[in-house]
Amino acid sequence: MKKLMTSLAVGAAIISAPVAATAGAHEELNYVLVSHAPDSDTWWNTIKNGIALAGEQVGVNVEYRNPPTGDIADMARIIEQAAASSPDGIITTLADFDVLSGPISAAVDQGIDVIIMNTGTPEQAREVGALMYVGQPEYDAGFAAGLRAKGEGVTKFLCVNHAIQQPTVGERCRGYADGLGIDLGDAMMDSGTDPAEIKNKVMAYLSANEDVDGILTLGPVSADPTIAALDEMGLAGDIHFGTFDLGEEIVKAIKGGTIKWGIDQQPFLQAYLPVVILANWDRYGVLPGNNINSGPGFVTAAGLEKVEAFAGEYR
Amino acid sequence: MAETATPTDERVKEMSRLRLALMRPELGGMVGAVAVFTFFLLFAFDSGMFASQGIMNWTVVSAQFMIIAVGACLLMIAGEFDLSVGSMIGFAGMMIAVFGVVLAWPMWIAILITFAICVAIGALNGYIVIRTGLPSFIVTLAFLFILRGFTIYIPQTIERKTIIGGIREAAEGDWLAPIFGGKILTGFFQWLGDIGVLETFSRGSREGQPVVDGIPMLIVWALILVAFGHILLTRTRFGNWIYASGGDAEAARNSGVPVNRVKIAMFMFTAFCATVFALCQVMEFGSAGADRGLLKEFEAIIAVVIGGALLTGGYGSVIGAALGALIFGVVQQGLFFAGVESSLFRVFLGVILLGAVILNTYIRRMITGER
Repeated sequence: MKKLMTSLAVGAAIISAPVAATAGAHEELNYVLVSHAPDSDTWWNTIKNGIALAGEQVGVNVEYRNPPTGDIADMARIIEQAAASSPDGIITTLADFDVLSGPISAAVDQGIDVIIMNTGTPEQAREVGALMYVGQPEYDAGFAAGLRAKGEGVTKFLCVNHAIQQPTVGERCRGYADGLGIDLGDAMMDSGTDPAEIKNKVMAYLSANEDVDGILTLGPVSADPTIAALDEMGLAGDIHFGTFDLGEEIVKAIKGGTIKWGIDQQPFLQAYLPVVILANWDRYGVLPGNNINSGPGFVTAAGLEKVEAFAGEYR
Repeated sequence: MAETATPTDERVKEMSRLRLALMRPELGGMVGAVAVFTFFLLFAFDSGMFASQGIMNWTVVSAQFMIIAVGACLLMIAGEFDLSVGSMIGFAGMMIAVFGVVLAWPMWIAILITFAICVAIGALNGYIVIRTGLPSFIVTLAFLFILRGFTIYIPQTIERKTIIGGIREAAEGDWLAPIFGGKILTGFFQWLGDIGVLETFSRGSREGQPVVDGIPMLIVWALILVAFGHILLTRTRFGNWIYASGGDAEAARNSGVPVNRVKIAMFMFTAFCATVFALCQVMEFGSAGADRGLLKEFEAIIAVVIGGALLTGGYGSVIGAALGALIFGVVQQGLFFAGVESSLFRVFLGVILLGAVILNTYIRRMITGER
């Protein structure tokens, strides 16, 4: 037993030596980004490219890790593992607060700086002891969309919600209503996810409420059938139409004038900024004083060129 | 001429101790484990992999594999597969959440009922395989989909979401829950931290506590199950029945082995192991998700095969499976420590696993002389 303990102690001493060395400025800095996305989720490729670019520009080592199947319990083990390898910082999502808050707080208590990105809320980030949150707060994004739509003359709207079971997504509708300064009332529609159903529900609603002059959809799932519905009713371009997220059909509709703008949460910034922030924090001890909203970024017909050029890479 | 004594019966043939040792199915696992540890000691020694936290990390992951590998190992030796293990893990966790959190039953009742349901599903798996004579591969593949479907449907219908949290809070003060989610030897580890052997947290609410604060029950369960499986297989009559059922079921039946009962019992044991895995997981993390346990059935099978068992049944060892689980866990976590590029990580994992299995088979063929 004594022998084991001595060897453990020796091991610990050997291991802690290089860590102590990196505490000095301008040493090599190592950051790990842990996502909750399975291998099959291509959306996260933008994130990988984002941290790689930041690592290159700032001169730090970055790594991307994820649970292959998207199993959040496996993700917790990856965070524990990342903490055990003593990086200078961990960037991670809070996909399931129950599961991840323990490992993340443990990493923070161990002296590792953590930034929460993408999923989670500023409040949860504060609770686990993270430096900050970088992402798109749903309510704020909806609010910004509402303000903009108000300026563009919307007075009565329909919000097509295809993911009513996810409370965070519904926040987008609530924010939009508040931004317009209108009571949400029954303007949020539980559309389901079946394209034919969504299309018919939207057509029925618009026929019954002819004074509706604005539509908000919450993603490609609800946007694509809504585009079809407007085309069929001959209202394309007549009704103010904004949507969350981008997709092939959405980009086409923005180009064609059916959709006024798409709201991009700009995943690139969610990956790029934390690396830059951590590096400057470790090197010079400077840190922005607030959480950072990576979105909403409004994509209009004018800004489509870059979106198309960098689709899947940085956009 | 009679003095040359050529043995007429190969069963009483004398063999050297070395040859006997080399013939053990876990030999490949041992060689592999030594090789893997040597590799990571060389390439990842100063990465934190062999500091207390790092050791705990790969030990916990290996222990997870061990729990499901023991069940899969015994079942495979008995000549059957269970592809529903991963779905069973998700299903069992969700049952705990539904009974313990949504219905707010006492946690110990939720745990016992979940065990009953899951083991019964295991028995059903076995019963269908025996009665229909279909390959267990197909039957349990069906349950892979059925159980996963329920795991998504049930919480969706009741709670309109696919993750149910609050299990930790619901389990507080329960007498049975700590057997799955607790930690032992916490006092000892605190002492190790106090005398400076273990690193301690430098800030926050846990300042002064050691970074590794005890042995999770998950590891204890893994060791208990491995010991139980090993003794059952090597020291009991039932163990011989398991080998016989997997080796040649017809011959076993003719010599009076209750093959059907043995196989169904092994399906139930596999389900039991999956439920233990799920319970340890939900108690530690406090929430059950519909996507938990994806692909775990293959990880269990891989660990068992690295450990020297034959996919065709009748040959293998629980110790070997445990070593296979250790190798798999160490390689999986170790590649992270060694800083392997994340998209290439699975390539390495595949190559190492393939290497381990080939080595294993090669050694076995060389030693036993089989073709």
